[in-house]
Amino acid sequence: MIKTDVVIIGAGPTGLFCAHQLGIIGLKCEIVDNLDKIGGQCIELYPDKPIYDIPAVPKCTGEELTNNLIEQIKPFNFNFHLSDRVQELKNENDKWFVKTLNGKEFETPNVVIAGGVGSFEPRKFPTKSAEKYDGKSVLYSIKDKNIFKDKSVVIFGGGDSALDWAIELSNSSKVTLVHRRDEFRGAPASVQKVKELSDNKTIDLITKYSIKDVKGNGSLESVEIKSESGESKVIKADYVLGFFGLIMQLGPIAEWGLNLDKKTIPVNTENFETNKKGIFAIGDICTYPGKLKLILSGFHEGALAARGCFKYARPDEKYRFEFTTASSTIKDRLGVKE
Amino acid sequence: MAKIKYIEFNGKEHEIEVPNGMTVMEGAVHGNIPGIDADCGGGMSCATCHVYINDDEWFKKLPEKEMGEDDMLDQAYEPKSNSRLSCQLIVSDDLDGLTVHMPEKQV
Repeated sequence: MIKTDVVIIGAGPTGLFCAHQLGIIGLKCEIVDNLDKIGGQCIELYPDKPIYDIPAVPKCTGEELTNNLIEQIKPFNFNFHLSDRVQELKNENDKWFVKTLNGKEFETPNVVIAGGVGSFEPRKFPTKSAEKYDGKSVLYSIKDKNIFKDKSVVIFGGGDSALDWAIELSNSSKVTLVHRRDEFRGAPASVQKVKELSDNKTIDLITKYSIKDVKGNGSLESVEIKSESGESKVIKADYVLGFFGLIMQLGPIAEWGLNLDKKTIPVNTENFETNKKGIFAIGDICTYPGKLKLILSGFHEGALAARGCFKYARPDEKYRFEFTTASSTIKDRLGVKE
Repeated sequence: MAKIKYIEFNGKEHEIEVPNGMTVMEGAVHGNIPGIDADCGGGMSCATCHVYINDDEWFKKLPEKEMGEDDMLDQAYEPKSNSRLSCQLIVSDDLDGLTVHMPEKQV
């Protein structure tokens, strides 16, 4: 059991800056994120896309913004718990007990939900029949590529994951790559390579088809694909892989008894607390009159939520407002020498 | 101003007037029409405002897809050749009478 002042759910820009504000006012926090890296949507959806509306930063990419925020909270040495997801929140005597998917447990007076639009999960095949084989022979990520040796593998998708795995697995498996259109969105070099492998019959490339059904008797045997005009083909398959990117799912957050408005959590704008005492929501996941889904709004919300957390983490102390330019206490916390 | 008809997967129709300059996605969200999630808020980075333009004439009449829209549609639920992201369709008088069909689900 890890005891801390605040558990932050979500390591996107909003969660990171809230952590900074907590550090500035002398609180500790632990940050949990379901991705394997820090940065949230900035790093997962648009690492290379420039952002033009961060105050005083005319232009920066999602990756640069993330790296700067990581740098900014470095002095506080907060722990990150990546590739993990908060599953359960329970309240006992004004303390929140937080459990993650990987079995980590926290005890804290405050939880800050900075979860964006929820956690990223791979988009799965729309076909019901695929569910039966999910995690066994229908896969959305690869942990051990050796299982595909000498097997028939049918890969769906047109992005880098689909192309890279088609190229890689074609060394030791019978690979078919299926994509819904003729163009691929992967790196040009990978697209070129796949076309070469298709020309020399190393891989079987089928475009303008999508999945219709998976078939098997106990174990997976084949996959049926369809074109928009209704033609269909059956391909022998030991494994079917789908790489359609990630979708965002609210997931367990919906089960914590919080008021919800569609997929967002209403908060008061004084401290961004939800209807549950000690649970705050900031960034894209919160809503209030006039809410803007901008990173800069998330920063503001995180700063106020941090002060809200102070009240429960230090009930016997009075919070004192200080500027970073003037406060020697803050400079000590930042490890700045003058 | 344009009259736009949104048809849910179950066949339920909603016809509303959407002011010029708004997107077809925003029209649905502001009009509380179910079936369009728009998780990313209109940034062409999520594919949850996916619609079908079943009328071929209309599909051809719409402004062409910008770079990136088809890439994003690859990641939508059941994309077809008449798929569009409704956040990329900006309403003008020219869109008066447009009908969009929603997919079975967005995520």
